[in-house]
Amino acid sequence: MAIFIDQNTKVIVQGMTGSEGTKHTGRMIKSGTNIVGGVTPGKGGQVVEIEGKQLPVFNSVAEAVAATGANASVVFVPPKFAKAAVIDAIDAELPLCVVITEGIPVHDSAAFYAYAASKGKTRLIGPNCPGLISPGKANLGIIPADITGPGKIGLVSKSGTLTYQMMFELRDFGFSTAIGIGGDPIIGTTHIDALRAFQDDPETEAIVMIGEIGGDAEERAAAFIKEYVTKPVVGYVAGFTAPEGKTMGHAGAIVSGSSGTAQAKKEALEAAGVAVGKTPSETAALMRKLLA
Amino acid sequence: MDLFEYQARDLFEAHNIPVLGGAVASTAAEAQAAAATMGGKVVVKAQVKIGGRGKAGGVKLAEDAADARIKAEAILGMDIKGHTVHKVMIAQAAPIAEEYYMAILLDRANRNFLVMASVAGGMEIEEVAHTQPEKLARVGIDPNVGITQAQALEIVKAGQFPAAVVDQVADVLLKLWAAFVAEDATLMEINPLVKTEDGRIVALDGKVTLDDNAAFRHATHADLEDHDSANPLEALAKEKHLNYVKLEGEVGIIGNGAGLVMSTLDVVAYAGEKYGVKPANFLDIGGGASAEVMANGLSIILGDPDVRSVFVNVFGGITACDAVANGIVQALEILGSAATKPIVVRLDGNNVLEGRRILNEAAHPLVQQLETMDGAAAKAAELAAK
Repeated sequence: MAIFIDQNTKVIVQGMTGSEGTKHTGRMIKSGTNIVGGVTPGKGGQVVEIEGKQLPVFNSVAEAVAATGANASVVFVPPKFAKAAVIDAIDAELPLCVVITEGIPVHDSAAFYAYAASKGKTRLIGPNCPGLISPGKANLGIIPADITGPGKIGLVSKSGTLTYQMMFELRDFGFSTAIGIGGDPIIGTTHIDALRAFQDDPETEAIVMIGEIGGDAEERAAAFIKEYVTKPVVGYVAGFTAPEGKTMGHAGAIVSGSSGTAQAKKEALEAAGVAVGKTPSETAALMRKLLA
Repeated sequence: MDLFEYQARDLFEAHNIPVLGGAVASTAAEAQAAAATMGGKVVVKAQVKIGGRGKAGGVKLAEDAADARIKAEAILGMDIKGHTVHKVMIAQAAPIAEEYYMAILLDRANRNFLVMASVAGGMEIEEVAHTQPEKLARVGIDPNVGITQAQALEIVKAGQFPAAVVDQVADVLLKLWAAFVAEDATLMEINPLVKTEDGRIVALDGKVTLDDNAAFRHATHADLEDHDSANPLEALAKEKHLNYVKLEGEVGIIGNGAGLVMSTLDVVAYAGEKYGVKPANFLDIGGGASAEVMANGLSIILGDPDVRSVFVNVFGGITACDAVANGIVQALEILGSAATKPIVVRLDGNNVLEGRRILNEAAHPLVQQLETMDGAAAKAAELAAK
């Protein structure tokens, strides 16, 4: 099973002919992902060879879907053109669109999120995210495939490298799916969406949820866990010692006044029965205890 | 990027939002000249990007140009909650009849934009929301639809504005929305929006935040950056396109990925409790960092006089550990004898064995490697204590 992606996911890469797109298409193919083509407007009709695979390039997502039966895309298009690329995927009613691109103006993200919501056909993940991996089945994005293999833990995080760190800490258990939802102020798939999917996924037995300072997504996730999630959840929140008013890398990661602090998020999660670690290693230890 | 009040005023004016005359001054003489041009009474206002300046004595009424000079002299150079006043705004004084509130902002939770409008202005809007919620209209806006004329009127009525000003205020709201979209803002707040005694609706004070990600389509936004208050290390880092924030500690931090770096700050802060040391900065070298990026980052950290030890914490995803190791070696070669602080390195992930081998082979006396994030943080904290 796993969530959102599995061995039946047929993937097109938007922006495949760019340098980042080409590099990561190769990595995704090597980790067993079924890449069926790419989309670059104006380059339709070309065929590109990546990792020994002949991949057709299309002008639009709709054309790519018609020709290949693709049901997911990964977007590596630069910020300037990312909105048009995502709208293209939504217009083609693609079930899943994973937006890796960092630095998209938030007015553009707000516009394509609202458009996707109004159409109701496309799940967006990201932007500014590492994507998601169901080890051994499919890998959509930039998460290294060699950290760990398939297993029973589901992981959801805003951050890429913290996802890798946590996968590494728990590499002997393996993961059903690990998903990085992105650190931007507006993202398509939230902690809550991922938690719901993990709860409903028979292959996932326990869940790690990683949050960070800023906004109130973790507090809302805590309320959702209390109401809906019966599987064990351990949590981690990055940024306990972040000072007020300084943006910590992610556009969304800022403590303003009393809101958005790691302490408030930790307390909300603990009130929902989630064991929260103070560091990644402590969090991993909590999960070990649960699974022992 | 947050703007100063005078920049917000100018931006409002450029988008036809009614404002009073205002000019910025960096010296008392400039303040006097600006006040003389304006004529009559003026308000001298400290330009700092933090609230509570009025209470701190940063806003003063001046009777005339000579008085504006005296007031500006007192305000320039003041410290308001850690912010030094480098500029004052000279604003036309106007007799105020009523104070209102209006704002448009990014609403993360609902993933759209939020308009707030209230007849109760001049105070913190959180207070209005708390004590007089019936007077605060809060309406979500679909980014692909925007605000229509009819909706603007509805919002203003819901904010309980008096009938006599509803049309004027709705017009300001439509202009504010147009400005919000045109400038790629994430916050535009007018507080207070005032009715003057002669019946005009005017934006008296404003807060604006612009989206840095949208800078590529706004050539003029770069001019709005504040160079006076920028920390010199932060300015240097920005030049090198590094994501760096100066903090008040002794352990320099370099990592890859915002989440991992935030986490590293925490782990170092916990380890540092025992030694009385804290993280000196946030520095994210990003995904796929090259040797050059690593070298630039290390140079900036080693150039910080507060730093007593450095912790390089990298989990190689896209970033390859050998590139990070090469960057450390290169940076130390370039810096030569200028590098004097111990560097603790923890590498894991993509190409870790090669990365560790490169550092072992270079055997630089300042560099030591540890295998875990916790162990390395403890070592870096201990070294900073000495």
